[in-house]
Amino acid sequence: MKEIIAIIRPEKLEQVKIALEEISCHGVTVTEVKGRGRQLGITESYRGSDYRIDMLPKTRLEIIVKDEDAEEVIQTIVKTAQTGDIGDGKIFISPVEEVIRIRTGERGEGAV
Amino acid sequence: MVDPVLNSGDTAWMLVSTALVMLMTVPGVALFYGGLTKKVNVLNTIFLSLIAFSTTSIIWVLYGYQFAFGTNLDPWGLIGNPANLLFSGIDVNTLSTLAPTIPETVYIAFQMVFAAITLALISGAVVERMKFSSWIVFSVAWISLVYVPIAHWVWGGGWLAHLGALDFAGGTVVHLNAGIAALVLCILLGRRKDTSLLPHHLGYSVIGAALLWFGWFGFNAGSALTAGGLAGSAFIVTNTATAAAMISWVIIDYIKTGKPTLLGAITGAIAGLVAITPAAGFVTVQASIIIGLATSVFSYFAISWLKGKLGYDDALDVFGVHGVSGAWGAIATGLFAAPFINSLGTGVFYGNPMQIVWQLIDIAAVIVWSGGVTLIIAKIIDVVMGLRVEDKEEIEGLDTNLHEESGYRI
Repeated sequence: MKEIIAIIRPEKLEQVKIALEEISCHGVTVTEVKGRGRQLGITESYRGSDYRIDMLPKTRLEIIVKDEDAEEVIQTIVKTAQTGDIGDGKIFISPVEEVIRIRTGERGEGAV
Repeated sequence: MVDPVLNSGDTAWMLVSTALVMLMTVPGVALFYGGLTKKVNVLNTIFLSLIAFSTTSIIWVLYGYQFAFGTNLDPWGLIGNPANLLFSGIDVNTLSTLAPTIPETVYIAFQMVFAAITLALISGAVVERMKFSSWIVFSVAWISLVYVPIAHWVWGGGWLAHLGALDFAGGTVVHLNAGIAALVLCILLGRRKDTSLLPHHLGYSVIGAALLWFGWFGFNAGSALTAGGLAGSAFIVTNTATAAAMISWVIIDYIKTGKPTLLGAITGAIAGLVAITPAAGFVTVQASIIIGLATSVFSYFAISWLKGKLGYDDALDVFGVHGVSGAWGAIATGLFAAPFINSLGTGVFYGNPMQIVWQLIDIAAVIVWSGGVTLIIAKIIDVVMGLRVEDKEEIEGLDTNLHEESGYRI
């Protein structure tokens, strides 16, 4: 099993959610996060003074999938969350040792 | 002078105006300032305005009004004779001597809300670092020793009134006065650790500014003290100057940064309201456009250049907006006052060059008295109890440390 963590633009969340639903990927945990990447944020101006806002709001998705489904989910996220501009975000993949469904106690891929 | 006969139309309008001016402080100024601070200081910022309103209200009925608006106690017109101390002997049917068609109680209330907003305005310069207890002590001392004498000089029949200085609704008494006191107090307090102006909720400030604009019709048109042509004229010039100043600030934003900002627009609007305040009952609509367009240039310059150059940390630009635009408004009144609008005022452009001298003396007197006495009051408070919060409290935020509350439970 794989854990897919995607940091995306907040305004892309709705589209990504729908696209994932279409490939039958339903389980997702979403958090609103702040962070910065290589571009070091944006500039805002108040009463004639400029400020660099380097912690930008992003949306973080956590998705656990079977190994064979990982690539399709990744491709779907890239395709829907992409604008081509700086600030589109990143995806991180890592292996998952075990999954347990709390309601029943069942373990493994069936619990995903 | 009009015959002292109660006029119910005037009285109704003045009651409404008084309530409108109250709305400017609570919640107008409170929200305008509250939205501009960091989210860990929002409650403290709002609270400074609220407590200022309450302390002023009590002082005003006990002795503030009496000293400010009593007949001259001394031959020079420095302070009023405090008859009716503790509100004793003021009959419900007594008519005001300075506004002879409305009850004295209504006039007292109207002047009370002016005193309160002046104090609340100062708070914008000192937010995010001043001790709440020191602010309360400061507010009592400042209304008593700074506002009351100046109100007497200009509006209570004191020496500046006799000289012929014109201040229709408080360009010097309220705005220049608050701006100078704010400047002195923020210099004594010192710079904040984080001096950035990053509004945590600009929407609050827009609501606050809108309430200020709305309430200002009571402030300026109410200062006619009657419900008639003069009030109508003050109303329309107030709105015109404000609109002009907003447009002017937005244009400056465009030129300087390439983008219009909402904060710039509402700051311009406030600057316009301030600038037209002393002139509202004296100038034409045409003049009000010039007054409004020009004032944003002066205030923008003070905020974006002068403040950085001199290094004082006027957190929410009380001096830049109220001090600078208030002084410009007082000068503009001396230039543009038209005798066919109000027989009491004739400016330079209508053949009375001396008027600008009276205006400059008024401005100088307010700067000297407000600056000097504020300095003494603040210095004494600093020595006795300290003006500034602990470093830890400033860094963590005043809301949780001074009030054990927080604005947002997220």
